[in-house]
Amino acid sequence: MSPTPREYNKMSEKAAPNSKLWKNVGMAFLVGGLICTIGQGILSWTQWLGLSQEEGGAVTSIALIFLSALLTGLNRYDDLAKHAGAGTLVPITGFANSMVSPALEFKREGLILGVGAKMFSIAGPVILYGISASVLYGLIIALFH
Amino acid sequence: MEWVITFGKAFLVGGLLCAIGQIFIDKTKLTPARILVGYVVMGVLLSALGVYGPLVSFAGAGATVPLTGFGHLLATGVQKAVAERGLLGALTGGLTAAAAGITAAMIFGLLTALLFTPGDKS
Repeated sequence: MSPTPREYNKMSEKAAPNSKLWKNVGMAFLVGGLICTIGQGILSWTQWLGLSQEEGGAVTSIALIFLSALLTGLNRYDDLAKHAGAGTLVPITGFANSMVSPALEFKREGLILGVGAKMFSIAGPVILYGISASVLYGLIIALFH
Repeated sequence: MEWVITFGKAFLVGGLLCAIGQIFIDKTKLTPARILVGYVVMGVLLSALGVYGPLVSFAGAGATVPLTGFGHLLATGVQKAVAERGLLGALTGGLTAAAAGITAAMIFGLLTALLFTPGDKS
């Protein structure tokens, strides 16, 4: 009896779970590392231009977010994400993609509840809990220092 | 030769932070949203503990580009704001520091949604 494709997938997953994991981790490392290297290129360039550390960091983020939005609009970022996993998710470009991709996809549901609301389905929680953690930290240093 | 080291460190640390995220995705089935929330909150925590600052000095964009760097930005923003304005700074520091990134993502997101047509998802 030959296995159905689904059974075959299960069998191969059982046989080689680690090789798949290491392939995914390797791709994430490579693509994530490359995105950070591009970021370093922009950051080094802003420092060469004489911008402060803070300004340079902001320009780097804005440039990466712009590139991510453009590639998302051209439908390229999601293609890359299929292979790179966390390599395209964890960098700031992934945060930008999490806003741009649903905004574009739900365009047909209108500008308010489509673009406007779906843009924050992932970014909303990220901003909420990030800001909350920073407020907690701010309270601690304001009260105890 | 110095730039090779600078770029190498950014590649290595940035790649490692992403690789850790991939292990979480594969081993725990955490959704992307949870990974991103976790990275930002972890960045705030590590920055508050004084661990993330030295990593940024070492790896540059390798530490600031991953979302933990976004958390670090929030924490340093709040630190600065509290030093300048006291308790009120605890409420203003985070968003002020993150304003450029969040606003850029909103504006480029809106423009992309307006200018492009959704692609075929198949």
